[in-house]
Amino acid sequence: MGKARDTLLRPIFDDNPIALQILGICSALAVTSKMETAVVMSLAVIFVITFSNGAVSLIRQHIPTNIRIIVQMTIIASLVIVVDQGLRAYAFNISKQLSVFVGLIITNCIVMGRAEAFAMKEGVRSSLIDGIGNGLGYSIILLVVAVLRELFGAGKLFGIEVFQLANVGGWYEPNGLMLLPPSAFFIIGGFIWVLRSFKTDQIEMDN
Amino acid sequence: MAKDTMSKTFFVAFALCVVCSVLVSAAAVVLKPTQAANKLADKKKNILSAAGLYEDGAEIDALFEQIEARVVDLQSGQYADDIDPSTFDFVSAAKDNELGTAIDPGLDRAGIKRRSRYIPVYLVRKRGAVDKIVLPLYGKGLWSTLYGFLAIDRDDLSTIRSLVYYQHGETPGLGGEVDNPAWKAQWNGKQAFDAEGNIAIQVMRGAVDPSSPSAHSQVDGLSGATITARGVHDMLHYWLSEEGYGPYLKHLRSEGGIG
Repeated sequence: MGKARDTLLRPIFDDNPIALQILGICSALAVTSKMETAVVMSLAVIFVITFSNGAVSLIRQHIPTNIRIIVQMTIIASLVIVVDQGLRAYAFNISKQLSVFVGLIITNCIVMGRAEAFAMKEGVRSSLIDGIGNGLGYSIILLVVAVLRELFGAGKLFGIEVFQLANVGGWYEPNGLMLLPPSAFFIIGGFIWVLRSFKTDQIEMDN
Repeated sequence: MAKDTMSKTFFVAFALCVVCSVLVSAAAVVLKPTQAANKLADKKKNILSAAGLYEDGAEIDALFEQIEARVVDLQSGQYADDIDPSTFDFVSAAKDNELGTAIDPGLDRAGIKRRSRYIPVYLVRKRGAVDKIVLPLYGKGLWSTLYGFLAIDRDDLSTIRSLVYYQHGETPGLGGEVDNPAWKAQWNGKQAFDAEGNIAIQVMRGAVDPSSPSAHSQVDGLSGATITARGVHDMLHYWLSEEGYGPYLKHLRSEGGIG
């Protein structure tokens, strides 16, 4: 049981795909100006990474070495299309806001990185758990960034007013930079700084 | 069978493709009706909100019965009733060789390069008579093309009732403030044309000076979104000109009564 727990929890803080491996940054910048989109994107990534890990692991004994990357890509792309179609049918407004970024999960390095580095070698059960863990690791960063961006950029959380904005008679003058993609860089940078202050073994040595 | 032989490679690739394509096409086919219904409901909702009729939780189809859709030929300004407005897509028609025309770059203030010759408009009835007309329009902002509806009064064909965008990719909080209810509320009652019939509506840089004689045709700019605000201004000037709805509005004026 200890190993499964480790597989699930390590990617959240100890081996976070965004904070330690700096993968999957582009979507973290694009979909985090609001909580709503960040949550849906997180769920979509968790779904895709879990099942792509599971599927790759299931057929790992049969995947020819030469075409293994293409095989992984095909599985991931199919899952992403299914998610995208599902969102269009059942969460139309959010899928409109996420637009191309759901499709871009295909190129999210975390998903393929886990398929290649973990699912190709490990059993189905631990691959599924690894997928969930890495999905959660990705999600926690997205959610932290989205909370800060929506709160300080628009004075809201999930579209509900928290700080009353100056332009409707309140006290809070919103920080427009927070709504622009570069602010996510600063927040992720800050997150990594805080994380590495606690987990000093993540600090890279100067050469 | 070893996994790296040629035949095994082909077999795995083939089997995988079959499985994946079945999965993807099943999802697409099963979900298509729901997606199409969503799209249609979304469009109707936007037309209703431009017409000032939409309330949260209202029955969209019932409200939509007050609205009559008709296709207009922008060149002649006449209705082209042989085209079905519910299925006509003016955005893809713009790219069509027969239905679309290239816009003279000097006149293309909306930055759209081509436009459809035909476009559906929506007549909003109130107690039988046409009260407002909802006109689709679109044009370039900063990052994206903004698609929206402009509602004007039928009797003077100049008083704006609303300007609603249903699709755009402008920066949230900056250009995306075209969706802000406070900003949208300003449009109600503004005059699109001056007494001589020239296009007068203006999106200002900064706030409108209420003492200015043309304040009734001016709307506040969007702070931090000069280019988006400029895009809104330019697309109104394009679509209200002779290139856009000019001939149609002229036709309605000459008709006087209810068209």
